[in-house]
Amino acid sequence: MTDLSKNIQALREKKAVVEMGGGEAAIEKQIAMGKLTARDRILSLLDKNSFHEYDLFVKHDGRDFGMDKKDLPGDGVVTGTGTIFGAPVCIYAQDFTVAGGSLGLQHARKITKIMDHALKMKCPIIGINDSGGARIQEGVGALAGYGEIFYRNTIASGVIPQISLILGPCAGGAVYSPALTDFVFVVENISKMFITGPNVIKTVLGEDISMEDLGGARVHAETTGNAHFYAKSEQECFEQVKRLVSFIPWNNQERAKMAEPKEPAAVMNIEDVVPSDPKQPYDVRDIIKCIVDDSDFLEVQKLWAANIVVGFGRMGGETVGFVANQPMVLAGVLDCDSADKAARFIRFCDSFNIPIITLEDMPGYLPGVDQEHAGVIRHGAKVLYAYSEATVPKITVILRKAYGGGYIAMNSRHLGADFMFAWPSAEIAVMGPEGAANIIFRKEIMEAEDQNAMRQEKVKEYIEKFANPYVAASKGFIDSVIEPKETRSLLLHALKLSVLKEENRPAKKHGLPPF
Amino acid sequence: MEKKEKDNEYVDFVVTARKYKTTLTAKYKNRKMWQKPFVGDVISHLPGTIVKVEVQPGQEVEAGQLLLIHQAMKMYNRVVAPIAGTVVELGVTEGDKIPKDHLMVKIQPK
Repeated sequence: MTDLSKNIQALREKKAVVEMGGGEAAIEKQIAMGKLTARDRILSLLDKNSFHEYDLFVKHDGRDFGMDKKDLPGDGVVTGTGTIFGAPVCIYAQDFTVAGGSLGLQHARKITKIMDHALKMKCPIIGINDSGGARIQEGVGALAGYGEIFYRNTIASGVIPQISLILGPCAGGAVYSPALTDFVFVVENISKMFITGPNVIKTVLGEDISMEDLGGARVHAETTGNAHFYAKSEQECFEQVKRLVSFIPWNNQERAKMAEPKEPAAVMNIEDVVPSDPKQPYDVRDIIKCIVDDSDFLEVQKLWAANIVVGFGRMGGETVGFVANQPMVLAGVLDCDSADKAARFIRFCDSFNIPIITLEDMPGYLPGVDQEHAGVIRHGAKVLYAYSEATVPKITVILRKAYGGGYIAMNSRHLGADFMFAWPSAEIAVMGPEGAANIIFRKEIMEAEDQNAMRQEKVKEYIEKFANPYVAASKGFIDSVIEPKETRSLLLHALKLSVLKEENRPAKKHGLPPF
Repeated sequence: MEKKEKDNEYVDFVVTARKYKTTLTAKYKNRKMWQKPFVGDVISHLPGTIVKVEVQPGQEVEAGQLLLIHQAMKMYNRVVAPIAGTVVELGVTEGDKIPKDHLMVKIQPK
């Protein structure tokens, strides 16, 4: 045997030891919980044979409590680079089989190194979280590690897409890295996210709750809005991540990769989707499916604040972001949660050069003490801010109702929309006809012998005069009233025209969105 | 394309005097109806344990007077009278574990 081949043999043996992570027993336990190992997760996510691992031989920093005698393979985290559909990505996966995936300083430094790499190479960073939390034996060193990760999440925000998968516990301070990233994926029965766990809550507050009820996948996908994608299995989750990566650009200086343009596959007639009675509901996603290439729509935060729909589709092969009121949930009103959801999505699109198409059909804001006291003013303002701030192409189609503050908020001309289209069924007015008639004709109604009949008559009068797109069109607030069938071709036209769009803003350090 | 046969789940929902047919979210259905708080109601803001009770029903108290000690979040919190008046109801005894929003003391203003 030559020296070189001996060395190669030694390397292979060393690698094989580290690649076993926490050893067979721990791996079996991991699999019994329905989870893949850290390396298998990375391999499932990346293109075949594209993974290159970094820092396999990094050693942990613990010197106290007997940790100096313990060997932790890879210090409990696997990091490296690879590709997804050919797109370069940096990736890390915490290895729960090694000391419960606990985070020590070197574990964190492996993560920050791959994050720095992603930022330099201008490619997306994907983090797979599966960790018991801070490695207590390393004390404040572990806290330093978290802080250094959060700092990089913030610096990378809006520069490279950041994706978090919660495939195990992610508790305490650890939750703030995913929270700072752009998209969080959770899996049923596997993901657990919370700041303080059930034990502490029980001891301190006496409230008895399971991990699943406190911070399981469903809770974050449906109630808190912390998660953006919900899957039934890890495999489904990986498919969702890949699909998302296919829609978004590698960094903020690129556009998303073109796909082959396709006609919508939807068999339904776009004219049949929206009921003519503005009080009747429908699923606005059917309109999106009638418009986008191949009727392929990737909905973001599907289960949370369903009164607004956000997500990605393609038009003529190019990625666009959709923001659409959903009349079949809470009549499509804006409220605290839906405002947060829309604003965050709009800002992602703006950061990453994705044109925004807004489909509008909404009666206004959700009335109620709980909304007012929850700060619907502050939350609603985020939508105004996000639309006004965005410099990507902004196109609005008013399908039906556009009343009051909602009309202004949903990417109106006044907030800088580049193209304003309205269907003939659009009703652009200061408020719903009943409300407006009650105020304007208050006197006539009060003085009438049959108040109800008079009210009906005045409502009808108001509807005839104002519940249409032509008043707004006469002022130039919308550019054209279009037939529903023309929607896709006009959107394609508008997108083509705005390819070179440039809009400048005054120089500033950063704005102050109403967080 | 998925077909939605949800017509039977649609309910009436009023926004600015107009009635819409739509579905409601769990969050909306579970929202709490607001009630005007009464100035003399001393409500717990955290779940916890009553360590000590310093007043009796019928007792006159001054605004700022110590009513009880409520242990929550590892702290002994001094709960004081928001107004001067008479203690008309005592909702706790020493040693009680109470939830959030529990009426601990009711004071009738003078």
